[in-house]
Amino acid sequence: MSQAKPYRVSHLDALEAESIFVMREVMAEFERPVLLFSGGKDSIVMLRLAEKAFAPARIPFPVMHVDTGHNFPEVLEYRDTRVATLGLNLVVASVQEAIDSGHVRELPDGTRNRIQTPVLLAAVEKYRFDALFGGARRDEEKARAKERMFSFRDEFGQWDPKNQRPELWSLYNGRHHPGESIRVFPLSNWTELDVWHYIAKEQIPLPSIYYAHDREVVERGGMFYAVNEFIRLKDGETSEVRRVRYRTVGDASQTAAVLSEADTVDKVIDEVAATRITERGATRGDDKVSEAAMEDRKREGYF
Amino acid sequence: MSQAVLENETAPAARMDLLRFATAGSVDDGKSTLIGRLLYDTKTIFADQLEAVEAASASRGDEYTNLALLTDGLRAEREQGITIDVAYRYFATPRRKFIIADTPGHIQYTRNMVTGASTADLALILVDARKGLVEQSRRHAFLTSLLRVPHLVLCINKMDLVDWDKAVYDRIADEFTSFAAKLEIGDLTIIPVSALNGDNIASRSENSPWYDGPSLLHHLEHVHIASDRNLVDVRFPVQYVIRPQSTTVTDYRGYAGQVASGVLKPGDEVLVLPSGLTSTIASIDTADGPVGEAFPPMSVTVRLNDEIDISRGDLICRPHNAPAVAQDIEAMVCWMDETAPLRVGGKYAIKHTTRTARTVVRGLQYRLDVNTLHRDEQAGELQLNEIGRVRLRTTVPLLADEYRRNRTTGGFILIDESTNRTVGAGMIIEAQ
Repeated sequence: MSQAKPYRVSHLDALEAESIFVMREVMAEFERPVLLFSGGKDSIVMLRLAEKAFAPARIPFPVMHVDTGHNFPEVLEYRDTRVATLGLNLVVASVQEAIDSGHVRELPDGTRNRIQTPVLLAAVEKYRFDALFGGARRDEEKARAKERMFSFRDEFGQWDPKNQRPELWSLYNGRHHPGESIRVFPLSNWTELDVWHYIAKEQIPLPSIYYAHDREVVERGGMFYAVNEFIRLKDGETSEVRRVRYRTVGDASQTAAVLSEADTVDKVIDEVAATRITERGATRGDDKVSEAAMEDRKREGYF
Repeated sequence: MSQAVLENETAPAARMDLLRFATAGSVDDGKSTLIGRLLYDTKTIFADQLEAVEAASASRGDEYTNLALLTDGLRAEREQGITIDVAYRYFATPRRKFIIADTPGHIQYTRNMVTGASTADLALILVDARKGLVEQSRRHAFLTSLLRVPHLVLCINKMDLVDWDKAVYDRIADEFTSFAAKLEIGDLTIIPVSALNGDNIASRSENSPWYDGPSLLHHLEHVHIASDRNLVDVRFPVQYVIRPQSTTVTDYRGYAGQVASGVLKPGDEVLVLPSGLTSTIASIDTADGPVGEAFPPMSVTVRLNDEIDISRGDLICRPHNAPAVAQDIEAMVCWMDETAPLRVGGKYAIKHTTRTARTVVRGLQYRLDVNTLHRDEQAGELQLNEIGRVRLRTTVPLLADEYRRNRTTGGFILIDESTNRTVGAGMIIEAQ
């Protein structure tokens, strides 16, 4: 072991090197890339990788937030600070504005996950983005396990799982016709635990809601939702203050917290390593709808 | 990058390395069960995933929890009972993180297996102990050798159904070993297992006292992969040129890329291709600061001491150890397009390292029958999933090595210029 040590590469180094390679490849082969930034931990890690890929130059593309209007204030604040520090251009694609202008219609149940898609696609068209970096990981969900690093979308942004380009070695085929775009997932091979180990190693600050804090929550179907302007108590429900943290950050009306005492990154790593429920299963109301919920949304043009 | 790891030596994550492996086989061999077992025994299957699979098994009327359903991700697959694509799975032990490229076993299988094997450190082939080697096992072994996967594991599965009979194991192992001898397979390990019962998967089984080798998981954790990298031939394909447009950083010009092979150090004399100009390395930069050396698979930025015109697709190497600068390429090509075959005279885009060119097929020497290894020299085209030896002429030189010496500078893809689809994968035999 000791002889091999100088040329040792840890799994995190290997993942980082692969992600950086993918980002540079996209920058070299596409005209107008953009990085989808939600303020969630995966997009935060992706942003760090973009910093590293092009240093000492600035990140050579803008970031875009598809804003459902249902936000955690801590996350919005984090977004604005981060964008300002890095000197980036922020594009906000607002679901609320699209509703107000009649471009999309609010769903009867008030959830906005599904209506993000047309708003995203309209922004892609408006700014003529041809490559969108997303923070999705293949360990998250079954449909994602089969999606390529370079995920081709037709002119409607739709994914066709039966018509994907084979990806061999590190040869990514980025050729596309005008009007077509790709989604790129540099974190494809990362797991939730890898992301947390990387956050620890790189000492990346996160929005405070990722760490254990006291919050007024209501329990619904085994999930703990924050009681706030987006989630109100229904008849017969009672709220309580519990110690929680968020494992994912999505639309504030759809994302649940988990009970947790983990208030530091090391404690979170211990918790993630021991958990027996997947990240999306524990926290996303939107994925529980059907077994193929994610696949269906991707076919419509979702991330 | 590496400095941060050293400072953090106590964290277990810093000591783990990464092994990528490809599995091949059909549902009948118990491949999905084996993968399910590995995930289960390493505590990678989550409670909600298991619940979903249990519910799906029950609604299908399966008598036991069908772990195969864990890997069948898409609606189309569940409805048709097939697997249409390579699926990636992840698990980890304290020693290693593993990435499984799980390739399905039906007709599109060659394309998928070639895809999965292209990045694999190890290939895992399953056979059913009751059936022994079948045509597909030989095809798997051949593709493993064609793609130069350094390590091969043959799992002889369902040993419980042959009463753990050593003679059965010996017969299959002998037959496979003699077949593998005709191929170029560097490292072969043969393990008797029962994926369903977990024998010899995560730990050695008491049912096979005559077997003194490792359990599958032990082997996956300990197989030595660090030496599989080529640390001899310096090959640094330039991916992107970094030139900050900033008032704080001026006159910076760095060549960003991922080290394909070899070890680069500041001060090294280098040759830049295709220009043929030489210089020395001024520094090797990362976002965490300069490093003393760079080796595969690090992504770094190299700066040189002389101003040379270098762009994406160029390659940095050493003056006395350079790849061929070649427009005539001999290669084994696996055809991946169902809409049209590869034909002599066909023109395609070719992507090789970070360089893209155009190419014309000058000749098809033979088509290889992947089951019998018979060479058909009369063949006029390659259909989907067919493999043949092809002669190509490119519009601009490729900076190429033999695939057997370098998987990164020896591999390429062919792209249909009208549809932009990836239609072929090539492994260079000779470049001049």
